[in-house]
Amino acid sequence: MELTGAQIVVECLKKEGVQYVFGIPGGCMLPIFDVLYDSPLQVVLNRHEQGSSHMADAYSRASGKVGVCMATSGPGATNLITGLASAYLDSSPMIAITAQVRTGAIGSDAFQEADAIGCTRSVTKHNYLVKDVCDLKRVIQESFYIATTGRPGPVHIDIPVDVLKAKTEFEWTEKINIRSYKPIAKPPIEQIKKAADLIKKAKKPLLYVGGGAILSGAGPVLNEFVNKTGIPVVWTLMANGAVPFDNPLNFGPLGMHGKYVSNMAVQKCDLLISCGARFDDRVTGNVSKFALNSKKIHFDIDPASIDKIIKVDAPVLGDLKMALEELMDLVPKGKLSSWQKELEELDKKHPLQFDLKDSKFVKPQYVIQKLHEITKGEAVVVTGVGQHQMFAMQYYPCKYPRQFVTSGGLGTMGYGFPAALGAKLAQADKNKPVICIEGDGSFQMTMSEMATAMRENIKVVVIVLNNYYLGMVRQWQEMFYQERYSGTALTAPSGNANKGQEADPGQIPYVPDFTKLAQAYGAKGIRVTKNEDVESALKDALKSDVLTVLEVIIDPKEKVFPMIPAGAGLDEIIVDMA
Amino acid sequence: MSSTDDRHTISCLVENKAGVLARVAGLFSARGFNIDSLAVGTTENSEISRMTIVVCGGEEVLDQVRKQLDKLIDVVKVSDYRDVSHVERDLALIKVKTDKKNRSELMQICDIFRTKIIDVSPQSVIVEATGDEGKIEAFLELLEPFGVLEMSRTGVVAIARGEKILSVRES
Ligand SMILES: Cc1ncc(C[n+]2csc(CCOP(=O)(O)OP(=O)(O)O)c2C)c(N)n1
Ligand SMILES: [Mg+2]
Repeated sequence: MELTGAQIVVECLKKEGVQYVFGIPGGCMLPIFDVLYDSPLQVVLNRHEQGSSHMADAYSRASGKVGVCMATSGPGATNLITGLASAYLDSSPMIAITAQVRTGAIGSDAFQEADAIGCTRSVTKHNYLVKDVCDLKRVIQESFYIATTGRPGPVHIDIPVDVLKAKTEFEWTEKINIRSYKPIAKPPIEQIKKAADLIKKAKKPLLYVGGGAILSGAGPVLNEFVNKTGIPVVWTLMANGAVPFDNPLNFGPLGMHGKYVSNMAVQKCDLLISCGARFDDRVTGNVSKFALNSKKIHFDIDPASIDKIIKVDAPVLGDLKMALEELMDLVPKGKLSSWQKELEELDKKHPLQFDLKDSKFVKPQYVIQKLHEITKGEAVVVTGVGQHQMFAMQYYPCKYPRQFVTSGGLGTMGYGFPAALGAKLAQADKNKPVICIEGDGSFQMTMSEMATAMRENIKVVVIVLNNYYLGMVRQWQEMFYQERYSGTALTAPSGNANKGQEADPGQIPYVPDFTKLAQAYGAKGIRVTKNEDVESALKDALKSDVLTVLEVIIDPKEKVFPMIPAGAGLDEIIVDMA
Repeated sequence: MSSTDDRHTISCLVENKAGVLARVAGLFSARGFNIDSLAVGTTENSEISRMTIVVCGGEEVLDQVRKQLDKLIDVVKVSDYRDVSHVERDLALIKVKTDKKNRSELMQICDIFRTKIIDVSPQSVIVEATGDEGKIEAFLELLEPFGVLEMSRTGVVAIARGEKILSVRES
């Protein structure tokens, strides 16, 4: 059958099982949107292409399927870049399709021309400029294959408008062969045996679990492995839910704002078993002081991650799930109760804590703790970036993989809200609550997507932890920059004349009024200013049948603890300011 | 640990497609690797190009460079010459200032280094020099007193001696 390029794009997406396309059309993109008009694919019309990219990315993260976003040439394409970079650093398989000016006009500074693949090259796993309609089917198939195999990542396809209009024969075949891309999957058995030997000899082994565990679908096997061996677990921001929070061997998040016990466990263990984690600097702190008493096993599907930051004794290259399945039979059933006890003692000494009593503001920790209680730790939680994100990690430990969606590697403010919408569409169970935990700063970066949510009837609950500040940056200014709050007060009058004057939530109105703003979109807006009101407000919000914004006024001076200052060792952890 | 100013030669077979050079060059700048030279050319297989890259840094840098190159989708094979007997050549075209008075002296030096004078004009000559980088550096040092007006070099290309063959066919 002879099809146009645009028809081929849509046919291929259908064949790949795509259900939603997130995007905004434009001149060069018209041919594709015209075909989408009567296709079964559902177009989600965003208000900014950054929103499209985060929605597609979060759809991938929450479902394990591939999210697809689309943008027109020039500004449409450049607006996707933050989303691609966010997906790239967190290894999220997503596909971005952009239109380009016609082939003959490329390089002429044509209207809405940008060198899109030049722009996205360093923030994608791979990208293509398709100059011949005959290559289109192959390129799209390769893109899905590349995005989802090996270490996953975003792929960008740029298609000139004349290619979208050109016609060629189309026949769907499954076969893909890229001779220059042969991702490894099955880990070599010798490497697994070596890891097993180290595990057998260890007295204080520790599993350090990262996002790769989620990506490989290793969660259940990992949990089984933990239960069989009795090896304690700590996890990174990207691995919340890889092991259920209620497993007694789960000692919580590690890293800059991780728990005391998890960080100390790393310093005390004699064998560190990294499972799909990459020794990121927010985890290791000062590398020269990191886990010095331990041998190291590193499971990773990306050869370039091995020995990049930390030299390891036993690398295991390949898919983590397969590796753990093999390893399971090679390691003895274990009871490491004295090591587990030691960690339990440490946890008791410095648990996560906050004081409800003498706060005239709502405690953000309390809000999230309550949310956890009400939703039994089973809601899908999506976050912005900042203090609220760290509170979410600390107080919303998850039960399942793919339940916690956050921008870890790039730390992209503005990710949360559109991501929550994408995560909601990814739920098979449409009644599953999706909660977006936002900061006042992060939410303002992409809150125009409220229109998208209303138009598409996507119901999520947004909890805005409003501290009147770019709180995380303010925290650093308070601790390391002599309380010079330069450029962080979101509502206080700024400028030199007002130096030293702090924003006081009791005194000045916040701009904007989030609850009224929500109402302007037809959403529900609720404001909470007292701890006593938190529970009922949460229940109200969860019951609501439209998009709901729950604004919680919190103390600008609230800080996230524990904290490991940048460049310090994990044992130099600051438990609180006192 | 090896010193950071070690030089390593890497050969890399890539798909002969638009944009591949930009990917490789982009990788080096994005990851902060130092490259001394990068030479690209066709191979016995018209679908494949060969890049020869000289990087500076210790063994761990070389390992990272190799792994990162391997990750690029269009890179088919990467190899280096640690403990491999191989030959390296660099070609330089050098325009040297010379006149009647010292031309024969210059020709003697060229003879000793087995380089060729390929163009002569009243005030200068162009010398074509081939060899490993060491030879070319030594030659240049001797040309310095005459005055080197201009130079154009290809960068190193390399190939292993004997049986060892770098090709896309599975070895
Ligand atoms: C796009 C972007 N710009 C800047 C930053 C730097 N940054 C990190 S956290 C933060 C403050 C976030 O403020 P808010 O969303 O209100 O969260 P809070 O820390 O107050 O909870 C900033 C500006 C970032 N991460 N992303
Ligand atoms: Mg804030």
